[in-house]
Amino acid sequence: MNIITTGVAGTMESSDIIVTIEPKANDGIELSLESDVMQQFGKQIEKVIRETLDELGVKAAKVTAVDKGALDCTVAARTMAAAYRAAESTDYVFKEVKAK
Amino acid sequence: MSERLRRSMLFVPGNNPGMIRDAHIYGSDSIMFDLEDSVAITEKDTARFLVYKALTTLNYGKKELVVRINDLSSGIGIMDLEAIVRARPDVIRLPKTETAQDVIDCEREIERIEREAGIPVGSTGMMAAIESAIGVLNAKEIAFSSKRLIGIALGAEDYVTDLKTTRSPEGVELMFARGMIVNAAKAAGIMALDTVYSDVNNEEGFLAEATLIRKMGFDGKSIINPRQVAPLHAVFTPSERDLKKAMAIMDAIAEANARGSGVASLNGKMIDKPVVARAQYLLELYERSKAMPVEEV
Amino acid sequence: MDVKKIPHINEVSAFHGEYDPKDCEPKSTVRFDERQKNSRKVLPSIEEAIKRSGLKDGMTISFHHHFRNGDYVVNMVIDEIAKMGIKNLTLAASSLTDCHWPLIEHIKNGVITHIETSGLRGKLAEEISRGLMDFPIIFRSHGGRAAAIETGELHIDVAFLGAPSCDPYGNANGYNRDDENSSCCGSLGYAKLDAQHADKCIIITDHLVNFPNAPFGIAESRVDWVVVVDNIGDPKGIMSGATRYTKNPKELLIAKTAAEVIEASGYFEDNFSMQMGSGGASLATARFLRDKMIAKDIKCRFALGGITGQIVQMHEEGLVKKILDVQSFDLIAANSLKNNRFHQQIDASYYASYVNKGAAVNQLDFVILSALEIDVDFNVNVMTGSDGVIRGAVGGHPDTAAGASLTVVTAPLLRGRIPTVCERVNTICTPGSTIDVLVTDQGVAVNPNRPELKEKLIAAGLPVTTIEKLKERAEKVVGKPEPIQYTDRIVGVLMYRNNTVIDVIRQIKED
Repeated sequence: MNIITTGVAGTMESSDIIVTIEPKANDGIELSLESDVMQQFGKQIEKVIRETLDELGVKAAKVTAVDKGALDCTVAARTMAAAYRAAESTDYVFKEVKAK
Repeated sequence: MSERLRRSMLFVPGNNPGMIRDAHIYGSDSIMFDLEDSVAITEKDTARFLVYKALTTLNYGKKELVVRINDLSSGIGIMDLEAIVRARPDVIRLPKTETAQDVIDCEREIERIEREAGIPVGSTGMMAAIESAIGVLNAKEIAFSSKRLIGIALGAEDYVTDLKTTRSPEGVELMFARGMIVNAAKAAGIMALDTVYSDVNNEEGFLAEATLIRKMGFDGKSIINPRQVAPLHAVFTPSERDLKKAMAIMDAIAEANARGSGVASLNGKMIDKPVVARAQYLLELYERSKAMPVEEV
Repeated sequence: MDVKKIPHINEVSAFHGEYDPKDCEPKSTVRFDERQKNSRKVLPSIEEAIKRSGLKDGMTISFHHHFRNGDYVVNMVIDEIAKMGIKNLTLAASSLTDCHWPLIEHIKNGVITHIETSGLRGKLAEEISRGLMDFPIIFRSHGGRAAAIETGELHIDVAFLGAPSCDPYGNANGYNRDDENSSCCGSLGYAKLDAQHADKCIIITDHLVNFPNAPFGIAESRVDWVVVVDNIGDPKGIMSGATRYTKNPKELLIAKTAAEVIEASGYFEDNFSMQMGSGGASLATARFLRDKMIAKDIKCRFALGGITGQIVQMHEEGLVKKILDVQSFDLIAANSLKNNRFHQQIDASYYASYVNKGAAVNQLDFVILSALEIDVDFNVNVMTGSDGVIRGAVGGHPDTAAGASLTVVTAPLLRGRIPTVCERVNTICTPGSTIDVLVTDQGVAVNPNRPELKEKLIAAGLPVTTIEKLKERAEKVVGKPEPIQYTDRIVGVLMYRNNTVIDVIRQIKED
């Protein structure tokens, strides 16, 4: 997935996170994270953002995230939405099927 | 135990992570994650990702999970289905259903996605919300249109607009629609679910409406505020008097059976079959609505 | 009895002499109404009062927190002290809050070198958590502070006590009987004790009223001087008109469950006694209990503690017979103290001290308390946030928890991504052995040392689980938080109500 513009998803509400994804010239994910729960969950949030981008095949991007105590699933959902928006793509792929 | 209780179906806006996280704590029988009216047109994608991730990740215990998608004619509805069917909610709620064909079209898409994703075909339930005059007239055909349907629901806000009227505290404008829907549902052997009561601060009005729809035969009601769960369940909890009567009826039946007699009577009156069925339903409702222990989620 | 033991008995003649100590007011023949205008106690400025008090480097000054976040007195007085060049003081306030951030400068300048308080919030708390002070802050509960003052462990040299009304002789009140008073605060419970024990006591008021300002909260017999200033506080910060009922569905859910727990506990019988806080869930619990009292036709013998309009409403409806008020939380409570005969003002010692001859906390059936964190041993933290920063107050938490027959803690299971129920709280304020039940939005946990209570709650159909299961449930949703990193340096010491150290707060480590 190629990041060609700025994509933003999420809100500043409690339990949400705003993820902004911008194009970056060379490969690699440059991530800056701000969080209300940095000490307790900073590493975990960063891991979820990186893994989600990896699954989407995003190789190069500048990511800025401002977290207000979002759960992992919210971090992933906002990252996905921001990435598709930044790629100007609506060819959504939902890989994961819930096991029951 | 036969069917689920669906006394209360709690609306949860699909783009609100905090409410999605806490949706199960309020004790409603079902949770309905909404991708339709509570989500701004510019946020349909973000809400879809959010509900999809929440359903695939979070554990809501034994709660019935429903997702209201956008209608298929909008083009957004099909994108919703592609995501949501894979997240495997119990039920997909189709809004603005006008004809049986609407249900059939939606079912076809669900089945295709089930096959593509390797999900057992038929495991995704459906419910159809009727929100227009033509939909109400087609209630019977809609109710019989798919085996997946667990119920049909009234969506009053759009319906009264269609009738060029507004909602009143007494609900006279909804009498016909409610009558049609409850009748069609019962004829098809599925549940009838009533519309939301939007004035959350009017507890009295809410109670009156809940009492009315229960009497009419509805199985439950959509709600927009968690505060409405307890009063709604109270309306659906049988009174002590009714319970005692039901138990007396069941005792009389047991006693008649023990005697080897096919005819049971209570207080000198013969007990008809429908009376027994009603008593059974009441006792079951009571059993299942008793305070439940903390669910392990 | 030996009559000779009476002093100077041998010198007695028919007329021994008139009473004439040097400091006594000379006999005056002016009409009292005129005379009281010239009371020698009324001083022209805070500076003058400080001078007269003999305040010196190294002494201890005290303040009360009845003006909450609207308080002007602490900053006003310490600004003056700083200008006078006095340094190295101990500030012993009954509590401090957001509005006291200007103290940061006075700490840096060496005016204040030690602080004792029940609570600390805002910028000042942040700075102290990051190591602003060389000497750690001492946190005491309201009862613990009272006891420390009574035993002399905390000796107050000069008390500066703001009062919404005072007469020229020092009779001070938390409201004004003569006319409407913008800076009303109701009970002066925490100030009363300081007035009782301080070497010098200065009342700072913005409403000088005629003698006698009775019934009074603080008596002139304990007051050295009175200073009149333009404003003692911002009325909006001192108290709200009425504490509002919450509409937050989660708080309502917790409150409903808490009320059901109390109903099923066996303590909700005619003539029960209770205390509840001013938080959203506590207030809503009061409302649910009110409905249950009416349905059950029972009355509450007394309500204790911080008092809200909700308690007053129940009092005026005849549901709560008497109110013991150490701190009024809203204007309705303050007005009730003024107008209702059985709304009694009490001091901090009467409220919660463990060393006096009787404290009201020990007469409680149940108390409803809050928690920032509660651990699997039921220890409660109401002091430090999830990031280790000080942002709370011990208040009467440990005192009421120890005194009440049934101590109920209410808290949401999660706050944002932070679980309330954890393995070990950051700071122990109240020991778990004094907590009986935890009520969350996702289940109720009973302290294992109360098995009979657990049985009762289960029998009542309440969603009873274990505290370990609540912790697991929270962690399943949010994940396991990484522990906060601290340095070795101690920035705060928590004293339990008997004034032994129960825990310490360390400086947070930052990258």
